[in-house]
Amino acid sequence: MALLDIQNLVVEFQTASGSFRAVDGVSLHVDEREVLAIVGESGSGKSVSMLAVMGLLPWTATVTADRMSFNGRDLLKLSPAERRKIVGKDMSMIFQEPMASLNPCFTVGFQIEEVLRFHMGMDRAPRRERAIELLTQVGIADPEERLSSFPHQMSGGQCQRVMIAIAIACNPKLLIADEPTTALDVTIQKQILDLLVSLQAKYGMGLIMITHNMGVVAETADRVIVQYKGRKMEEADVLSLFESPKSNYTRALLSALPENAVGDRLPTVSDMLFEPAPSGAAA
Amino acid sequence: MSIKVVEGKNIVRDYHVGGGLFRAQRTVHAVKGVSFTVDKGKTLAIVGESGCGKSTLARIITLIDPATSGELFIDGNKVDIAKGGLTKEMRRKVQIVFQNPYGSLNPRQKIGDVLGEPLLINTDKPAAERRDLAMKMLKKVGLGHEHYNRYPHMFSGGQRQRIAIARALMLNPSLLVLDEPVSALDLSVQAQVLNLLADLQDEFQLTYVFISHDLSVVRYIADDVMVMYFGEAVEYGSRDEVFADPKHSYTRTLFAATPRADVASIKTRLAKKKAA
Ligand SMILES: Nc1ncnc2c1ncn2[C@@H]1O[C@H](COP(=O)(O)OP(=O)(O)OP(=O)(O)O)[C@@H](O)[C@H]1O
Ligand SMILES: Nc1ncnc2c1ncn2[C@@H]1O[C@H](COP(=O)(O)OP(=O)(O)OP(=O)(O)O)[C@@H](O)[C@H]1O
Ligand SMILES: [Mg+2]
Ligand SMILES: [Mg+2]
Repeated sequence: MALLDIQNLVVEFQTASGSFRAVDGVSLHVDEREVLAIVGESGSGKSVSMLAVMGLLPWTATVTADRMSFNGRDLLKLSPAERRKIVGKDMSMIFQEPMASLNPCFTVGFQIEEVLRFHMGMDRAPRRERAIELLTQVGIADPEERLSSFPHQMSGGQCQRVMIAIAIACNPKLLIADEPTTALDVTIQKQILDLLVSLQAKYGMGLIMITHNMGVVAETADRVIVQYKGRKMEEADVLSLFESPKSNYTRALLSALPENAVGDRLPTVSDMLFEPAPSGAAA
Repeated sequence: MSIKVVEGKNIVRDYHVGGGLFRAQRTVHAVKGVSFTVDKGKTLAIVGESGCGKSTLARIITLIDPATSGELFIDGNKVDIAKGGLTKEMRRKVQIVFQNPYGSLNPRQKIGDVLGEPLLINTDKPAAERRDLAMKMLKKVGLGHEHYNRYPHMFSGGQRQRIAIARALMLNPSLLVLDEPVSALDLSVQAQVLNLLADLQDEFQLTYVFISHDLSVVRYIADDVMVMYFGEAVEYGSRDEVFADPKHSYTRTLFAATPRADVASIKTRLAKKKAA
């Protein structure tokens, strides 16, 4: 049985100009020890669909699905209290905008330790020790001193790594990483990706990696989903996707890599625009 | 002849942290004496390890934070924000796209107003014209009319990043500092934004300081490249020099760590995983 199993997920937002469908019938599953990468157009519903799984969308959102189960439990039927016990512990998320996701009023040490206190019931001394260990794992220098830093005293990439530390603090069964390395240089990116992959091997963690970085996909994913305009365009194992992409959108996406610049301008997807045929590809 | 738009000489920035009742004060040397020049119509790209002082330098160049020491020249004039005397015109000319687009947008302001506000403050253009210019700019960054009346939280990460770029461009700056401006964009939108920046540079001789972790983007966009490491510029030269013959070991490490998206590397990785 899949660790996370979603069938026909639809998310609609109520806006001033009527309702807007951000996710349009997406189905996906992730197994233990599996890395699923989701790539796709900006605004195609990648973050929203994962926030729906976490139960973190605002009240203006309506979420429906034929099935949404995690670790054998029906997420659609959980009470808010039951969900709070799972979210951040068994299932956690590295949010896309790290600086906006940390609380500016508390030190990073407090924010990491709070998760350990709430979910693991750990005492003060072991909490502090674990927080230092986590900061070390994500490559933050002088971790002890850094515990007393506030988010605004950290760089963008340091905040992102604090977020990662919080997300992995309780050894989750499922980690959803939404653009987890956008603020990191490639050397630290490598360290973080290695860390996530090692956690996955050690604890059998399932990992959903949302990224627009094809290099990150190539170096971590087992399976890849390509999303476009709220729908799934293509799903393939990582090798097939790069070797023989099926949808035009995937092909266009791969050719928009900056290394493929012709002359002094880059090819964009609209240069090769086509009418997508989601019905066939989404099957 | 080339015209220097921005020049920094020995820029230093220290932060003093802690120093509470029970804790000793400690100094973070975020930028340790960095010098650079960027000519009109050119792009300087800054790369470097996370936490090495790039955003700090960006805030100094855009006159938001003062340097602890060193000299900054814009269009040949020495500027020191600690001493004041900055003109409105100077503030208009130099714009920044922050690394953290969400934090730099007012959550209660509709996007149309976000884009119109700089015009309202700095120009006497009538409301209809402001609206028109804002709509045009939305289009240029790949967003649409339907987004004009939405609030920041209603956008995706990549959409917000484009709003931040659009806002910075509203006042026709001559120097634009972009701090990781395309990091949250899918490849297609990234290409669109990079092409837009290149078009603007051709048309208006815009000067860019472009901070990025993505070396393929840097290679595409930069004239000169500076590599920072622990607050220092350890490598600085033309793009071709730096990419062809990196001198510093950190630069070489950086190049070697770039993930590869080719079929052969994927095959090697999968084989290794199977063996493990
Ligand atoms: N609260 C909201 N109200 C209305 N629309 C919203 C809201 N939140 C998100 N949206 C819209 O839903 C769509 C999907 O957003 P989502 O954040 O999932 O995109 P994404 O695929 O993660 O994109 P990116 O790669 O840019 O982060 C977007 O068009 C966005 O504008
Ligand atoms: N307000 C502040 N108070 C104290 N220290 C700070 C402050 N702002 C930044 N720093 C520290 O200065 C150093 C440089 O930070 P900066 O944000 O310039 O790095 P960066 O190169 O932009 O990194 P990234 O790529 O991760 O965004 C970091 O070690 C950071 O923790
Ligand atoms: Mg997103
Ligand atoms: Mg930064």
